[in-house]
Amino acid sequence: MESDFPILSALIVTPALGALVVMAMPARRPECVRLAGYVFSFAVLALAGWLLFHYEAGSGYQFVEREQWLGDLGVQYKVGVDGISLFMVALNALLFPIALFASANITERTKSFFAWMLALEAALMGVFLSLDLIVFFVFFEFVLVPMYFLILGWGHGRRTYAALKFFIFTMAGSAFLLVGVLVLAFLHSDHTGKLTFDLATLTAWAPEGLDPGAAKALFLGFFAAFAVKVPLFPLHTWLPDAHTEAPTAGSVILAGMLLKMGVYGFLRFSLPLFPQAAVDLAPLLLVLATIGIIYGAIVAAMQPNVKRIVAYSSVAHMGFAVLGIFALTTQGLDGGVFTMISHGLTTSALFLLLGMLYDRRHSYEVDAYRGLWKVMPVLGGLFCVAAFASIGLPGFSGFIGEFLALIGTFIVEKPYAVVGAIGVVFAAVYLLWVFQRTFMGRPTGENAKMKDIGFRELACVVPLLALSLFLGIWPKPVLDVIEPDVKEVIQQVERGSDYREPAPAFEDAPSGHDDGGHE
Amino acid sequence: MLDYAWIIPALPAVSFFVIMFFGKRAPKHGAEIGIAAVGASFLLSCVAVVEWINRVEDATGGESHGLVALGKSIFAAGGAEHGVAPVVHTLTWWTSGGTEFGVGTTVDGLTVMMMFVVTLISLLVQIYSTAYMHDDRRYTWFFACLSLFTASMLTLVVSENLLQLLVGWELVGLCSFMLIGHWWEDRANSRAAIKAFLTTRVGDIGLMIGVIIMFFAAGTFSIVGINEYALGGEAQHSLLMFGALCLFIGIIGKSGQFPLHTWLPDAMAGPTPVSALIHAATMVVAGVYLGARVYPVLYEGFNIHDGGANFMAIIGGVTILIGALLAFVQRDIKRVLAYSTISQLGYMVMALGVGAWTAAVFHLFTHAFFKALLFLGAGSVSHSGSHHSFDMKSDMGGLRKHMPVTFATFMIGSLALAGIFPLAGFWSKDEILATAGESGFDAFVVVGLIGAVLTAAYMTRCVYLTFFGEYRGHGHPHESPRAITVPLIILSVFSVLAGFANAVPLGIHKFTEWFEPTFAFPHLVHAEFDYSLAIISVAIALVGIGIAASLWFRKEELGPFAGLTKRNALAGRGYTFLENKYYLDFLYENVIVDGIRGGVARAYYWFDQNVIDAVVKGVGRGAARAGRFAYDALDQRVVDGSINAIAAGTGEAGGAVRTVQSGRVQRYALLLFASVGVMALAVFLANVD
Repeated sequence: MESDFPILSALIVTPALGALVVMAMPARRPECVRLAGYVFSFAVLALAGWLLFHYEAGSGYQFVEREQWLGDLGVQYKVGVDGISLFMVALNALLFPIALFASANITERTKSFFAWMLALEAALMGVFLSLDLIVFFVFFEFVLVPMYFLILGWGHGRRTYAALKFFIFTMAGSAFLLVGVLVLAFLHSDHTGKLTFDLATLTAWAPEGLDPGAAKALFLGFFAAFAVKVPLFPLHTWLPDAHTEAPTAGSVILAGMLLKMGVYGFLRFSLPLFPQAAVDLAPLLLVLATIGIIYGAIVAAMQPNVKRIVAYSSVAHMGFAVLGIFALTTQGLDGGVFTMISHGLTTSALFLLLGMLYDRRHSYEVDAYRGLWKVMPVLGGLFCVAAFASIGLPGFSGFIGEFLALIGTFIVEKPYAVVGAIGVVFAAVYLLWVFQRTFMGRPTGENAKMKDIGFRELACVVPLLALSLFLGIWPKPVLDVIEPDVKEVIQQVERGSDYREPAPAFEDAPSGHDDGGHE
Repeated sequence: MLDYAWIIPALPAVSFFVIMFFGKRAPKHGAEIGIAAVGASFLLSCVAVVEWINRVEDATGGESHGLVALGKSIFAAGGAEHGVAPVVHTLTWWTSGGTEFGVGTTVDGLTVMMMFVVTLISLLVQIYSTAYMHDDRRYTWFFACLSLFTASMLTLVVSENLLQLLVGWELVGLCSFMLIGHWWEDRANSRAAIKAFLTTRVGDIGLMIGVIIMFFAAGTFSIVGINEYALGGEAQHSLLMFGALCLFIGIIGKSGQFPLHTWLPDAMAGPTPVSALIHAATMVVAGVYLGARVYPVLYEGFNIHDGGANFMAIIGGVTILIGALLAFVQRDIKRVLAYSTISQLGYMVMALGVGAWTAAVFHLFTHAFFKALLFLGAGSVSHSGSHHSFDMKSDMGGLRKHMPVTFATFMIGSLALAGIFPLAGFWSKDEILATAGESGFDAFVVVGLIGAVLTAAYMTRCVYLTFFGEYRGHGHPHESPRAITVPLIILSVFSVLAGFANAVPLGIHKFTEWFEPTFAFPHLVHAEFDYSLAIISVAIALVGIGIAASLWFRKEELGPFAGLTKRNALAGRGYTFLENKYYLDFLYENVIVDGIRGGVARAYYWFDQNVIDAVVKGVGRGAARAGRFAYDALDQRVVDGSINAIAAGTGEAGGAVRTVQSGRVQRYALLLFASVGVMALAVFLANVD
């Protein structure tokens, strides 16, 4: 293997090239389009596999590539990967072939569908690999376009409304991000006379160079963009609509990757650039995350539409990720990143399974289904596994992530951890209800005639659940890669603020004899 | 075997996968795989018991200095008194932030005793199930679930640390869910399964927080480490108190203690072998086991040594009484036994609460045999006597003539449960009462005695309705096949003999000697045998039997009490109160759950739809109006033209774009302008700053 092979650029360019190739193909030959889509997405998966294999844990950004782009404007093309982005890239590379593979029911305008999907994959790769703020912003924005057209072109019922709402929310958030990026760079150039958007340069300067008020304002600007994407309460209302109306592949990518952009943004940009502001405003995020955990779970419990239930459950799950990250402890950040990976696997699996039900009966209403386990034992079994994986049953990845996030939160803010633990229980409520009402009981009418899962469908779902199980049983390899870079983030925060990571123990334990120590 | 204890849970775990993937093709459809695996685990558990006993006897015979715990040296050197240290092995499961999360085995007397009970009863239940579940539609799956359950329960039992214990704890909950809902075609069964899973999970909130608190307090998840911390004298009492309280909430949920006991009677919807294994002998005692495992935390946290009434003892005492009372008003034989289980679990928790650790664990040991026996007996009755019904009043009666083996073994189980000398229940219940009395918990002795009279009475009613009188069913009752009767006989032998493991007046203290921890453990009171108390408790049980017998065995049915609930308003109200199970189910399901789903969730959703979205829409409309002027000034053809050009250039991909009606494109453009407006405002604000 050549060490100077531009692997990261290849990860971005390959799907983009795929999109162009697909576009150049004749629309009359959907089978060729499909083949090209599979080939390119699997090629990306292979590249990501190579990257995973050759990545060395604990040595900062790797495979960094750097090219001057718009030199006068200080914009450069700079990409790199560390332990946090590595798994986002891997998840992205995994989910796209699966999502394409699960889209056999897309028969209208197949070509555009595949082109948009590959373009989306390229944009998402760019988001997770960019180390220049402008390039990041461009990719971050570009993600919206394919997603908008995917919902609009191949969605269900109220897709126009959902697509537009999705666009309004995210665009509004991004506007603040752009302004934030520009202001940050201009302030930097005022001080140093050098206009740059390089993340490393700005990270080295911003914590000292910005005055506290400006840092806080900029943090809030970035916050607006990322919080919408997560989504944090109360900016979450676009998510249920977008999920409900999106086609299956769209939902998989939306839940699996798009939501991660927000949490990733907090980790990669907000914390290192504005450490003091992050520390000062962390209570706000912890409160919003905790509200999201409980609120998402409760609202999910009353939804008649299965996709909305899973959508609201995402609000709760991502609440855990944000809770862990803004606890600002190693365990919390580990847990947050792990929850992102885990949520990508389990929620995608749930959406794929729901898509299979929709393919057969064209309904997402809970009441339309009953007793499906009788006629589809394998699909029922897999749904049961996916539900328990999503609930965070020990043995699945969700448990590790949520438990670590809770431990990390408990170190600094005990009440939030307690409320979060209650949320863990709530999570079981709605998914088990869904499972009971759709899969248990006696099937009647059309439900009695449904076909069990096919080979292609099995091939989509099983890898995700198997990975979730594997990471639940043996999380060490992933945690060992994440942790050095998580520690680096915390050190950046410590360097730039008065915050010091507390040890995982009660403040005055075990030697103190006075009561207290428990809030 | 003490060093290789991990093999014991591993065997049924492997068997789970083998049955799931290959069971259907096996000649006996997977049953033989499950039985072979759990049989091997049982033999290994017996080896472990013998090795442990040798280890204890060597230590007490010679010197214990040679015995150093293996694994991590977390034990304070010389901190605790010399005792027989548990055999500990740990592997690092994962690490985070410098904390190692381990997985491993702790083997001591409590562990080997519990492994013996779990594997023995699992084995008998699996043999029993080959006949009981013979024609079941999911026979193979049933055996796979039983194997998974045994593996999970054993994982919990051998846990080296509380995190691993939590994993096992959740997994047995999962198996319980799957097995209660085994016949999920009926809505009642799936509802019961969900109720069980969710109710115990309410307790799990406490357990999870308790585990985290103890981790932060002691700096480790290790059970031995936490116990040493609790006894080390350096611990903050408030932390121990909160930790003990949270852990105890977990115990309440899992072990069916008031007020979270309501799931257990409904769990009887599962197949009867499951009720015997999971909901009588093993899983429901996981809470008691946890309490016994981390007893130093509870002991210090609840100040048990002070001899005052504490939360744990009170909950246990209340549970004894509410369970026993409800057992009277049931028509369903399994529900009688379920409420009886609740009541007996109350004894164990109360025993832990009054410092009678050994008595609690001893009662866990004996109860496992006779309660499994009773459940399997009830299953035998329904299998061969009452045509798959559990209704004592309409489908049973007079079965003693038709089912002699079932009747004889059921009688032994009932007498053991009622605490009649010299059966197993007598010894363990008596030890609880004697130790409570010795430690000054007189009120709880009285509660225990009232419980004893109630137990004897409701079992008499149950035995009468099932086996005496006239047969009221419609089938042709006959004795069950051997796969059912042999486990009954084996269990009845244990129900007779198990009590002699700690027959104090005969000078036998083997149970205490072998199984009570001597390492990192508080000094406990061991009561001398109290003859007067023993005589009182047997006499009181006989009185209970006598009263119940005089009520039901006499021809005139209830005698002077006939129709009492109709004649006397107070008695009537009391009966209604019991019929409705103290209205707890109503409170949980109709008030709390429906309240959250119907009220709170709807209110939140309304907030989503009408407040948050209204703000969004309002902002959108305002921005649109503001942008209208700027938009009108623009050449629309530029926008449309460029879009069309892209559409043409990109071939079919443009089709998607073209389907976007121009009106929507205009809105899209408007949006861009609105964003620019917001941006401009933000830049302005940032500059002001």
